[in-house]
Amino acid sequence: MTATTHPETTITADPALPLIRIVREFAAPREAVFHAHVDQTLVTQWLGPRRLVMDVDRWDAETGGAYRYTHRDDNGTYGFYGSFHEVRKNERIVQTFTFDGYPDGVSLETLTFEDLGDNRTRLTGTSIFESLEVRDYVLASGMETGVIEGYERLDDLVAK
Amino acid sequence: MDDQLSRVFSALADPIRRDMVARLAVGDATVNELAEPYAVTVQAVSKHLKVLQDAGLVTRTREAQRRPVHLEAEVFDLMTSWIERYRRQAEERYQRLDAVLAAMTEQETPEAEGEAS
Repeated sequence: MTATTHPETTITADPALPLIRIVREFAAPREAVFHAHVDQTLVTQWLGPRRLVMDVDRWDAETGGAYRYTHRDDNGTYGFYGSFHEVRKNERIVQTFTFDGYPDGVSLETLTFEDLGDNRTRLTGTSIFESLEVRDYVLASGMETGVIEGYERLDDLVAK
Repeated sequence: MDDQLSRVFSALADPIRRDMVARLAVGDATVNELAEPYAVTVQAVSKHLKVLQDAGLVTRTREAQRRPVHLEAEVFDLMTSWIERYRRQAEERYQRLDAVLAAMTEQETPEAEGEAS
């Protein structure tokens, strides 16, 4: 089904620590992968689930900056916000993440961009939660991507 | 979130209980066998087992006096399926990023990036 030449996303949910780690390689230079994470116009093209509209209310991708955006569909809107603790060009982004629907919860996300040479980049994203219980709830609800179930678009994307 | 899920989450929130579940995934074990690796009393292990039982994660058979603990695999599989679904959501997102990156390299040269202040 996923006839892609890219290495697939790998995920680690540590049994003893409340974190989720996601690793993915991209066939693009590190500068480009980083740029696609900080440029508002580019971010809106890939971050939100396909069938939801992503509206960005605030996007200051720099150390000490902040962001707020909503995903919208016919059933309602799902808001997310956080602070950019550190944006280190082409190397690392550290940010907080809160879902409006669970305002007491905040996770800390660290993204690292690793130059693999030959125009390849490894992205490692680590999210740390307050407890194993909250981490498992996030895994179970798919909260981060806004309660989506369908992957019907996946095959279309891969076929391109 | 319904009560069953809440109980599963709290039950699995404890590292020792997670470890016990991992051991039981290999095969049934008695309370004494489960207690061996830990510097805790058999009573403490029994309390952990009670939590796992209440969550429906494990059952204890009445088989003779050993009463081995048995992992209810289908409940444990929940966790695996959540992780896989989460992974697929991330993969879906990153395939969109692949497309964005492909469009970027068509439009601009890498040098244009380098000197931006």
